[in-house]
Amino acid sequence: MQKTHDHKALWLVAPALLLVAFTAVIPLMTVVNYSVQDTFGNNQFFWVGAEWYREILRSDRFHAAFLRQIAFSATILAIEIPLGLAIALSMPKKGLGVSVCLVLMALPLLIPWNVVGTIWQIFARVDIGLLGHTLNGLGIDFNYTQNAGAAWATLIIMDVWHWTSLVVLLCYAGLVAIPPAYYQAARIDGASRWAVFRYIELPKMSRVLLIAVLLRFMDSFMIYTEPFVVTGGGPGNATTFLSVDLVKMAIGQFDLGPAAAMSVIYFLIVILVSWAFYTIMTREDFEPSGGAR
Amino acid sequence: MLELKSITKHEHGQAHVEGVSLSLEPGKMHILLGPTLSGKTTLLRLMAGLDRPTSGEIIMDGQAVTGVPVRKRNVAMVYQQFVNYPSLSVYENIASPLRVRGAARRYIRKKVEGAADVLGIKEFFRRRPSELSGGQQQRVALARALVKEASLVLLDEPLANLDYKLREELRTELPRIFKGSGAVIVYATSEPREAMLIGDSVTCLHEGRIASTGTARALYDRPNTLVTAKIMSDPPLNTIRIEKKGAVLELGGDRRLHIGAHMETLADGPYEIGLRAHHLGISASASNGIEAVVATTEVTGSETMVHAEFMGTRWVSLLHGVHALNAGDKISLNPDADRLFVFDETGALVATPAS
Repeated sequence: MQKTHDHKALWLVAPALLLVAFTAVIPLMTVVNYSVQDTFGNNQFFWVGAEWYREILRSDRFHAAFLRQIAFSATILAIEIPLGLAIALSMPKKGLGVSVCLVLMALPLLIPWNVVGTIWQIFARVDIGLLGHTLNGLGIDFNYTQNAGAAWATLIIMDVWHWTSLVVLLCYAGLVAIPPAYYQAARIDGASRWAVFRYIELPKMSRVLLIAVLLRFMDSFMIYTEPFVVTGGGPGNATTFLSVDLVKMAIGQFDLGPAAAMSVIYFLIVILVSWAFYTIMTREDFEPSGGAR
Repeated sequence: MLELKSITKHEHGQAHVEGVSLSLEPGKMHILLGPTLSGKTTLLRLMAGLDRPTSGEIIMDGQAVTGVPVRKRNVAMVYQQFVNYPSLSVYENIASPLRVRGAARRYIRKKVEGAADVLGIKEFFRRRPSELSGGQQQRVALARALVKEASLVLLDEPLANLDYKLREELRTELPRIFKGSGAVIVYATSEPREAMLIGDSVTCLHEGRIASTGTARALYDRPNTLVTAKIMSDPPLNTIRIEKKGAVLELGGDRRLHIGAHMETLADGPYEIGLRAHHLGISASASNGIEAVVATTEVTGSETMVHAEFMGTRWVSLLHGVHALNAGDKISLNPDADRLFVFDETGALVATPAS
């Protein structure tokens, strides 16, 4: 076949390439550049190789922040996925109730992150917050500025409140896409409610569940605004997650090299764990892709 | 024996099925024939016990089962979509109704292998439904219905989503597969062709009511009403209102036809005539047929379908072989007058062509 030499195609790709270059590749490479150099100011940099990476990977501070981050993501996934699934399953499938439920569910998703943080920061305050004041009135020692457990609880409840809706909406979309014939066939077979869930709904929803898990993992692993607004990483370092720590290091201490190295490691972890989730969840026992069957 | 006694089903104030009475014997292929929204699926759901009729009675083997929920009846159903459990293997899919019932392992093995043999899917036991072709998936669904040994087997357009070749193949097998089971078999379809090919008895449905019941041949040769004639015709029946005056049928304008032999005793007056597509010939314009203009032609190779228009009416002619006609060509339609069905104002058949 004759190859056509026509450079028009290049022009069509160029805008996308430029956009990706400016938004992703160039900033990323700048970070990578910082992570292998040191500076004493005056815009003079010198090469230090993998020094910062070694320092970060060996630092207890990073390990602690990493574990906190993992614990946080694991907790909210363990709550939000089953809860979202349960809510989606109990939502009406037709009628006026559908729109009402969907709008109610979508509301938290429409609120900006820092506003969510502020809402909960005030809501959970001991002196004027409805939640904090009530709990303390009931004799429960709840103070997220002093008590690590209370700080964690506040952040987790806030995240569940904010993001379970996303899981619900995704699951609901997966659920309503199942042809009614499946439910009929199950009824004719005499299948139990559990069997319908286990053998029809769950396999048919595996794709959307995967997306829900991935989105929630990535988002929660990179959470910054809410802990920054509510607890500022405290009390002590109790809620200093990776991103909070990173910002402290980069902007608070202006340690550009280590912060850049940490960013790169952070980035790789998110990609790695997402890839692991994806691989595990698309294995054989999950049904590949939907479609009428 | 399944009996329906004046079954009516209303939903949101709309009648989906109205006054349907039927009695269906076991071991026969009963066809429910009608276009979409004619009430076929609603009727099947009522028979299965998935829905309760608004009024009327359902009697299975002499016992009233009207209010009995589906899980307490012994019913199997196969759908237009290929419905199988997505995460279970083919073997487990076929075994599922027996597992629910708590049958013994060895019994299940025997039954599943038997059903898979009949449907020719034994080699796929370990695969998942998504790894099979459409035809194979539907075979799995049919095998599932078969192992259940249900006393009522409901097939809701089971071949509609299959491609032509597979449809032909399964269609000839279906009666063989289920007839031996001694179950009452109900097969819903919108294709008169399927009814003719596999139906022992045919019930034509129109807007939720029974238009006619009988053997496929009888309904085809002597459709009692215009509605039945339309349901039993594919390509669609050519119809037009006419005025009979002596030996001449006036179509309007100056178009007229000579009557057929079977219409000689018919009184003069207004009628509606129906003619099947393969009884409508075509010749060059200005010969003495009905002048018409070609709208479209569909050439399949062995046959040509010509859609022609005259006086705002569209007729279809089915011809052998390839005919090169273009849209806009002027032609002359030559109905075979001896093949005309004549219906009176109420739509009842008043003159039948010899079959």
